[in-house]
Amino acid sequence: MINLLGVTKVYPGGTTAVGDLTLAMPTGQTTVLVGPSGCGKTTTLRMINRMIEPTGGRIEIDGVNTADLEPGELRRGIGYVIQGGGLFPHRTVLDNIMTVPLLLGWDRRRAKSVATELMERVGLTASLARRYPNELSGGQQQRVGVARALAADPPVMLMDEPFSAVDPVVREQLQDEFLRLQAELGKTIVFVTHDIDEAIKLGDQVAVLRVGGALAQLAAPAELLADPADDFVADFLGHDRGYRGLGFAAAPALPISAEPVVALGASAEDARRVAAGASWLLVVDDASAPVGWVRPSALSGRVEPSDLHRGGTLARLGGTLRAALDAALSAPSRRGVLVDDDGRLVGTVRAADVLAEIEREPGVRP
Amino acid sequence: MTWFLGHLPQLGSLLLTHAVLAVIPLLVGLAVALPLGWLAQRYRWLRAPLVAGTGLLYTIPSLALFVLMPLVLGTGILDPINVVIALSVYTVALLVRTVADGLAAVPDEVVQAATAMGVGPARRFFTVELPLAVPVIAAGLRVAAVSNVSVVSVAALLGIAQLGSLFTDGFARDFVDPILVGIVACMVLALTLDVVILSLSRVLTPWTRRGRTA
Repeated sequence: MINLLGVTKVYPGGTTAVGDLTLAMPTGQTTVLVGPSGCGKTTTLRMINRMIEPTGGRIEIDGVNTADLEPGELRRGIGYVIQGGGLFPHRTVLDNIMTVPLLLGWDRRRAKSVATELMERVGLTASLARRYPNELSGGQQQRVGVARALAADPPVMLMDEPFSAVDPVVREQLQDEFLRLQAELGKTIVFVTHDIDEAIKLGDQVAVLRVGGALAQLAAPAELLADPADDFVADFLGHDRGYRGLGFAAAPALPISAEPVVALGASAEDARRVAAGASWLLVVDDASAPVGWVRPSALSGRVEPSDLHRGGTLARLGGTLRAALDAALSAPSRRGVLVDDDGRLVGTVRAADVLAEIEREPGVRP
Repeated sequence: MTWFLGHLPQLGSLLLTHAVLAVIPLLVGLAVALPLGWLAQRYRWLRAPLVAGTGLLYTIPSLALFVLMPLVLGTGILDPINVVIALSVYTVALLVRTVADGLAAVPDEVVQAATAMGVGPARRFFTVELPLAVPVIAAGLRVAAVSNVSVVSVAALLGIAQLGSLFTDGFARDFVDPILVGIVACMVLALTLDVVILSLSRVLTPWTRRGRTA
């Protein structure tokens, strides 16, 4: 548990970066600090490992006042990840990851085996161990940054906009891996971002800060979307709050219809016969995984990949209401495709049935 | 050519002295410039006085400095230590700015990351900041090396024997051969030092040569 108790940072010029902030960050959970630039979120993060000294209040980690610890000792016990990774350009990937273990006096062999194991854990192939950071892609560098922060297995991790410097596709991968890793490791994480969607996706609790470092609202993501404390928080959360809130509502047993299908390569006659007059027909591959929709009336020869309409998203059975609704809205047939955990077709669901379910359970359940 | 072949042993000893008189100040100067450059980079208000102040030293005419040294140090006028110290002063003048610039060029997030991992200031300087400043410092060192080789020869006017003696000798006897040989020898020495520093810098910075492959 990290406790900020009336923490204040006033710079010599009189600017208040953080004003009287009190915040509890529970052990084993991810607390996201989010807000516009100038809200003091990075300053707050850096006061936890004393890269910046508070001018008032105190910070306790598991009941110990951080001001009583030697800064170096405190920092070696806290993992730190920054935007772009902040890797040492003159050290190989392996040596970067081994930094803190070696500072703590581990022998090289043990440090190396831990570093090698961590590389695998964050999704880096062993062949990258001897590379220098400038030989890696942005996403790989960020993974090394995470592995380096985890190397000495610190209970607390501070992450300062770690995924902001990579493109959206890689960012989403890194976020998904973050969630997977955190589910395994259960660290106490303080995560800073300016991206509210990232905050909502990754946080167990989200602290929205306003300029001057005052807490506007502290809540779980679903609660934040459902019930913003004031106009500032509502504005900051942006549009589509109702729709995004559905992302936290598990879809209960929706009425699922069986969907007629053809396999890729089926003849046009077969497709028209199976469709029985319907304007859209679902196509599956050999493993009965849905691959797209075709218009049976437009087919001339066999069903080829080039005939497929791929706009429809897939919803996982037992996933969220948002995914189920989106699957229905994005399918050209308006029938949302549901799949099981292995990606095999289960059936389809209609938007009206999802909406009926939403209306049956008013509001968004946290 | 005949003059050159006839004086080979003498040339060898002049070249060696010249090299020693140029290289030792380079090392001493670097050793002094490192902490001064670090101070200039660490404390912003010190940068202007340190960089400008040491840079000003370079404007003192070398002959004047050579003559002044015995008075300041109490050494004999022919003592080579005068040359060593004077050239060290020039090296410092050239290198303080370079060291400060080299350290300033180390990316801030790298220094921050090191601090955040609990790397102390001294360890951080020697294991992170200094290695990353090597390419810039080496560039300054190459300039200082060539400058030293050239300035050492002026000490021949005071009677300190090195390649510069070939110029005074040739001039006194109105004889061009030793002057030409001296110039070529100085150039060879300067080029050699340049290559040595460049090679050392490359060995110390393997990461700068691996291309981006991903």
